[in-house]
Amino acid sequence: MAPLVALHGLKVSFAGQPALRGIDLSIAPGEALGLVGESGCGKSVTWLAALGLLPGKARIEGSVTLAGLELIGAPANVLERVRGGRIAMIFQDPASSLNPVHRVGKQICEALRLHRGLTGAAARAEAKRLFDLVGIPDAAQRLDSYPHEFSGGQNQRAMIAMALAGQPELLVADEPTTALDVTIQAQILELLQSLRREFGMALVLVSHDLGVVAETCERVCVMYAGRIVEEAPVAQLFAAPAHPYTRGLLGALPPITGPRRRLAAIPGGVPEPWAMPPGCAFAPRCGERFAACDVGTPADAHPAPGHRAACLRAATPQMADTVMA
Amino acid sequence: MRQDASLLRAEGLVRRYTMRRGVLGRAVDVRAVDGVTLTIERGRTLGLVGESGCGKSTTGRLVLGLEAPDAGHVAFDGKPMPPPDTPAWRSLRAQMQMVFQDPLGALDRRLTISEQVAEPLAIHRIGSTSDHAERVAELLHSVGLRADQGARYPHELSGGQRQRAVLARALATNPAFLVCDEPISALDVSIQAQVMNLLLDAQERLGLGMLFISHDLRAVRQVSHRIAVMYLGRIVEEGEPDAVLQNPAHPYAQALVSAIPQPGKTGRIVLQGDPPSPANRPSGCAFHPRCAAAVPRCAVDAPILKPRAEDGRLVACHVAQGEADTLARAA
Repeated sequence: MAPLVALHGLKVSFAGQPALRGIDLSIAPGEALGLVGESGCGKSVTWLAALGLLPGKARIEGSVTLAGLELIGAPANVLERVRGGRIAMIFQDPASSLNPVHRVGKQICEALRLHRGLTGAAARAEAKRLFDLVGIPDAAQRLDSYPHEFSGGQNQRAMIAMALAGQPELLVADEPTTALDVTIQAQILELLQSLRREFGMALVLVSHDLGVVAETCERVCVMYAGRIVEEAPVAQLFAAPAHPYTRGLLGALPPITGPRRRLAAIPGGVPEPWAMPPGCAFAPRCGERFAACDVGTPADAHPAPGHRAACLRAATPQMADTVMA
Repeated sequence: MRQDASLLRAEGLVRRYTMRRGVLGRAVDVRAVDGVTLTIERGRTLGLVGESGCGKSTTGRLVLGLEAPDAGHVAFDGKPMPPPDTPAWRSLRAQMQMVFQDPLGALDRRLTISEQVAEPLAIHRIGSTSDHAERVAELLHSVGLRADQGARYPHELSGGQRQRAVLARALATNPAFLVCDEPISALDVSIQAQVMNLLLDAQERLGLGMLFISHDLRAVRQVSHRIAVMYLGRIVEEGEPDAVLQNPAHPYAQALVSAIPQPGKTGRIVLQGDPPSPANRPSGCAFHPRCAAAVPRCAVDAPILKPRAEDGRLVACHVAQGEADTLARAA
């Protein structure tokens, strides 16, 4: 199947310091892809760059295509039709994404006017339908509420309703549940799943939480210091993680069953953009590092179909075996 | 040191706030904490779990004596907690410390890390000024910070390093009791593991009693010897971590456990609605409007936290206690 969105060699730097160092990624129509990584790894910047939402001082190279349409360097009127229309995005903090001085319904009607040309009663009826769809009770009355009158979970539902206003082919959800309580997180994840099934919409879920991604997505990309270090179908990633960073992330997660052991914390911290190691960016924290890791950026190895890992250990299975044992 | 006696005992803690709705609105009584009883032993950790607004942070402040309870009392080391801001309370504070979620907010941006770690030593007049440098170096080392990082300012450190600095400062006075309020929520996964390991090391080394407040059940299981689940100001279930997590008795605890994201998990309990506001507490059991197991009694009669007949698990639920159909006992 032709990809819906394809990223090739996407690089972003701010004031000469690299934030993204070459992202290759494609998303099929209707697919759910998880993008996992720690703060500063570039998982949000990837989508801000793709949609032309980065400030002017950012230097962007590479290509992002939406069904063949190049988005990098595209004129503003093209991007405006894509943003919120074909690709919608929701963020971590719904309250700050909504305008506090306008009624929520008015903000959704604005999105409907921009992307679907709906006005007046038609827009309001559609806004009510969207509110019903995302599970906001008493939709007709709640359209006249202000964001502060909503709870955090309801604000996120309202944001999702607004994102759906343009009938997007791809929804990028950037940490959509991080600011919410766990029981509300479960509600929002459930909602995203059901909407995706209903509309055949592709979903990119950006999250630091491997558990959230594991449940929601079919394929996962793990990012570290501006690169994708591992990509695999979700079951494969959890059953046979090939990159030491992925193994480190999984090992750092406290188990909920079985004996309690000391957590295998990854030592040290993420490298700063101005002090990027010469070879593999993870090498300084890696317990499986050897001399070649410091020479150059490792190429992708393919331990299984649809599974890639940018690690020299993964490229030489016999070595990886001795490490795993 | 007595190993068996409880370090901290809180009984029937209540904390009310008055909230006015709108400019001319009527003052509403908000019970942030509504009758919480808990015990923390030396060298042991009680994990306190719940969602935002359930009163878990207020409970943390009450057991430290940072706020005086409206009812109930706190005993530290067998003696009643002195009122806040009295000389007796201040001298006790050397033995009780707190670690918050946001390390940048907890540190003074104008002082170096070493100066801040030395501050509690000066405040509580521990050791001579000449000994302080040595003690600070020892503390920084114990939390995995290098000596040269002591000369830095908070903004020059990463989030994980700042939380280490906060922990070093909290441990400066050799406290017996530590309250950790969401100490790892603001940190990345790999750094969370480092901080949890540090807390466990410090506990083992110093025999600390800890109250670990978190919404993250995985983290709570990792560090706690007992866990208590709070909902709207009350403890609804308490027990051994594995018992509670594998076989939660209270329907709210069941929903929380089922909400833990996990690869390949299906059949999650998705609760309807949002947590209610403490200003608008539902009648009877506060959880009943969201509870799938609720029976008519739950709407009128608030369950009390008591041991369950079969295994002694503390749970506040008519259904879990098997008393769902006996309506209205003589109170």
